[in-house]
Amino acid sequence: MEKHLNLTLKIWRQKNAKAKGNFEAYKMTGISTDMSFLEMFDVLNERLVNDNIDPIAFDHDCREGICGACSMVINGRPHGPKNAITTCQLHMRSFNDGDTITVEPWRASPFPIIKDLVVDRSSFDRIMAAGGFVSTNTGSAQDANCTLISKEAADESLAAAACIGCGACVAACKNASAMLFVSAKVSQFALLPQGQPERKKRVLEMVAQMDTEGFGACTNTGACSAECPKEISLTHIARMNRDYLMAELC
Amino acid sequence: MKWIIKMFSSTIGQKFIMALTGLFLCAFLIVHTLGNLQLFKSDGGLAFNTYSVFMSTNPVIKCISYLLYATILLHAIKGFMLLRKNKKARPIDYAVQGGSANSHWTSRSMGILGTILLLFIVVHMYNFWFEYKFGHVPFTSYFTNMATGETKFQPMSADYVQANKMEEGMISNEQGQFRVVVVKDLFKEVEISFKEWWLVALYVICMFSVSFHLYHGFQSAFQTLGINHSKYNGLIQFIGVWFFSIFIPIAFAAMPLYFFFK
Ligand code: FES
Repeated sequence: MEKHLNLTLKIWRQKNAKAKGNFEAYKMTGISTDMSFLEMFDVLNERLVNDNIDPIAFDHDCREGICGACSMVINGRPHGPKNAITTCQLHMRSFNDGDTITVEPWRASPFPIIKDLVVDRSSFDRIMAAGGFVSTNTGSAQDANCTLISKEAADESLAAAACIGCGACVAACKNASAMLFVSAKVSQFALLPQGQPERKKRVLEMVAQMDTEGFGACTNTGACSAECPKEISLTHIARMNRDYLMAELC
Repeated sequence: MKWIIKMFSSTIGQKFIMALTGLFLCAFLIVHTLGNLQLFKSDGGLAFNTYSVFMSTNPVIKCISYLLYATILLHAIKGFMLLRKNKKARPIDYAVQGGSANSHWTSRSMGILGTILLLFIVVHMYNFWFEYKFGHVPFTSYFTNMATGETKFQPMSADYVQANKMEEGMISNEQGQFRVVVVKDLFKEVEISFKEWWLVALYVICMFSVSFHLYHGFQSAFQTLGINHSKYNGLIQFIGVWFFSIFIPIAFAAMPLYFFFK
């Protein structure tokens, strides 16, 4: 049943990459529990625009959990209090009347803040460019079953490929480590025959780029996987570590 | 050679160092616990003192112990380096911390738990290792009746010295034949030290640190080395929790408590 909430929002406001930034408090009244978290932000921004105040900059695109754009740390948790969803899939019914909700941007030096809640995630793009692809000339379409792939490998690979590159793993990790993201991208190819020719080169170059970007190291806390909207498993990190070791050794 | 340096300086490689040194330290803990269980023997410390002499004079063990000191330092230094690197990756922290919702506190506290352990190791080595090597540990003579196996002991005078940590021989008199051992009495040192309540408290508290550090650390090392498979995860978890984070700390904590209440 639809209810209405009165809330206090404490939102990180930062004019630009160089500015210092601080929290601003906004009182919200009559927020429908049926709204999504981003719709609540739309309501707030409309009000701010009407009041001639700069609206809050936040990333969003698909609003259905596919693109991974909607990066926000809500009350200390990336994408808010619910597991396995993105911010755009979070509904206001997850909050209670009178709540104070603190919203912060992803915090990691490889994700510099552009404005308010918007961060620059191009470090992920550079990691992908370093090796997150298969450079085979595919030619014309082959017969569907001429490359044999076991069901288990296909499932595991697809589970890794579910990663939408949202960066919640980095945001959740106390070390701002990108291991879950990179390992998902390494795994999705490492498990398939098509990924074999560049398997070693891929892991070495993606890890090197990850290090160059300045992400932290993995303490295996599991926070990344727990906060991942696509529930990417830590087994991919173990696989990447294995692959990395093998690639370095031989 | 270059590839080794490159490998161990990457973030994953640095974690390999943490995992390998950590597991070596775990292996040492097994030996240290089992050896020290001899403190509970009621032979006036003969078994423990003989064991101490063996551990401090055997050339193979000596080599391993130098490797051990190096490992402790490497694990600690690498740990601090990684801590600094990780801090650099998140220079501004969140205003609201949500860690408890997504991870176990021990895994988020490895740095502080490890620091406590490092300080503890310094105190611990000063208490016993330094005392044994450079301090004035008195000698005690043990007489074991060869017929009955019964052992009697008698402390030597405080200024007694001998060339070796342990000398042994046989004597016989009208009461029978005796094996005589005159040995540096580390057992006594332990006994005296653990009469101090604050030292006992410190040791017991630090064993909680061992427990929490290994609760996460043992399993984490395997994950870092890429060993994560449903076939053996259960076993790794079982050993990590029951052996390393419960049995070993309890066995160690029992030692000071035993001497305090004895
Ligand atoms: S806006 Fe696309 S995932 Fe949230």
